Amino acid sequence: MIAQKGKKMVITGNATAAYGAMLCRPDVATSYPITPMSEVAEQLSAFRANGLMETEMVEVEGENSAMNVVAGASMAGGRTFTATSSWGLSFMYDAVQHAAGFRAPIVMVIANREAPGILAVSGGQQDIISVRDAGWIQIIVEEGQEILDTIIMAYRLAEDYDIQLPVMVNYDGFYLSYMATAIEIPEQTDVDHFLATLKEQPKRQVLEPGVALGCGTHGIEKGFVELRYRQCVAMERAAAKLDEIDREFGELFGRSYGGQIEEYRIDDADIVVVASGGVAGTAKVAVDTKREQGIKVGLIKLRLFRPFPRQRLVEALNGKKAIGVIDRSVGFGWDCGPMAMELRALTPEIGIVPILSYIDGLANLDITIPHIERAIDEVQSAALGKSYQEVTWIPLEE
Amino acid sequence: MVHNDKFMFPYEGAWSDGREKLLCLDTGSWRVTRPVLDKEKCNYCSLCALYCPPQCLKDMGDHYAPDLDYCKGCGICARECPRGAISMMPEGEFADDSAKR
Repeated sequence: MIAQKGKKMVITGNATAAYGAMLCRPDVATSYPITPMSEVAEQLSAFRANGLMETEMVEVEGENSAMNVVAGASMAGGRTFTATSSWGLSFMYDAVQHAAGFRAPIVMVIANREAPGILAVSGGQQDIISVRDAGWIQIIVEEGQEILDTIIMAYRLAEDYDIQLPVMVNYDGFYLSYMATAIEIPEQTDVDHFLATLKEQPKRQVLEPGVALGCGTHGIEKGFVELRYRQCVAMERAAAKLDEIDREFGELFGRSYGGQIEEYRIDDADIVVVASGGVAGTAKVAVDTKREQGIKVGLIKLRLFRPFPRQRLVEALNGKKAIGVIDRSVGFGWDCGPMAMELRALTPEIGIVPILSYIDGLANLDITIPHIERAIDEVQSAALGKSYQEVTWIPLEE
Repeated sequence: MVHNDKFMFPYEGAWSDGREKLLCLDTGSWRVTRPVLDKEKCNYCSLCALYCPPQCLKDMGDHYAPDLDYCKGCGICARECPRGAISMMPEGEFADDSAKR
C-alpha cells in the first residue's frame, strides 16, 4: 500500500456514495431525490454549499432531466455524477439508453429498490434488472467501503478511452443506503493520483463550439450497425479492464474486491452459491458454518453484472457439482431468478450441473443465514444426484 | 472482431463529422413539392430561413435557396413569405432533375 491512511468516519451508504463522488471531482452533478437515495443528493448539495467541492450542481425537475443534463455535460467533456433508484431509473429510461449510445462516461449510483409494477417502497434488485439491456456497465457492491472505492474505480472504467461507457454502481437500498458503518475516506491527493492515468490516454471526442460534429445523430444503415457493434465490443472490454483497475486500486489503497467476481472458499469447493450485493456478506457466514459441518461449499459474489463475467465464472465454476443462485429480483418469462438464468447460459462451458434458483429478499424481506443454509443443503443434495426443485421462492415456503 | 480499418467512423464513440456520414440522412427524397423562388419578388428578409424546420435554406447573399438534399417540401417557407415570392411546385415537373431529388 502506497496511499496515506485516510480519515475514518461512521457514515451511511448514501453519504459514502456522496464522498466517493466528491473525491473524483465531477464537473457536473445532478440528482432528483428518491427514496432510498435522497441523502446522496442532499450530501452533495451540502458539500457544494460548504465549499468542499467545485462541482456544478444542477437543480432538475425530475430524473429524466437529471440524466439528460449529465449526458449533455459528459458530451461537452465534463466528468459527471448522478444517483437514482427504482421509479427514478424508470422515469429516465430513454435517457439512460441514450447516454450509453452516446458513449457518455457517466457514473451513476443506484440504491437498489423494487421496480414499478407493485407499489413498494422497499429494497430489491428489480430496478437494475429492468435496465440490464440499456448498454450500461453494471457493478453491484456488498458493503459501505466498497461503494466508495467502486465509485473511484468506476471513473477509471467509464472514462477509459477504449471503453467510454456509463457505469452504474449498485448498492442495496434501505440496507446499505441507510446503514452507517466505519468508512475510510481516502486522501484527495491519492484519489487524484489514481485518476490521473486517465489524462495519459488519447483525449476522447467532445463537443466543441464551431466544430461540425454530431453525437448520437441519425445512424443510417451500416453506420448504425457499426456504432452498435463498437458499443458491444467496448462493453466486452470492460470485463478484463475492471480486474486490472481493481488490482491497481489494491496496490495503491490496500483494498481490492476481486474485480468482476469475488471468490470465497471456491478452490476446493464441490458446490457453489452465487449471490450479489449485501447478501454476499450473509452468505459468507453461512458458507463458513456449512464448511464446519463438512460441506465443501464456496461463494461467488457477482460484482459485475453487465458485461456478464463469463470467462471468470467459467474458470471458477469448472468442475463444480451444483450451483445455487440467490436473486433479489424476478425474471419474467423464465420462471426463475434473472441471475440464475444467466448462469444457465454458461452450460456449454461448465457442463450440465444442477442450477437451483432461489428468489428471496424481495420487498425488503431479510435473506437470513438459515435461508442460505437451507439453500446450501439443497444444492448439496442435488450435487449428490438427488432430485431437486429448480426454483424456490423462499418467502413463500417459510 | 472486425478490424479498425473496416470502420467508417474514425472515432471511438458515437461521434460523426457533421459534413460526412450519419448526419447526412438525405430527407430530400421524401419531397413531393419543392419551393421555387421568384427572385423579382424576394427582398431578402430571411423569414423563410427562420421558419424552415430543417434549417435548409442557404444564404446566397441576395436571396435564400433551399438545399434540396434536405428540403422535405413542407411548404412553410412559401406560407410565411410576406411577398408571396415562393411557390410550391410538384416534383413531377422536375423529373429530369434526378430521381432522388
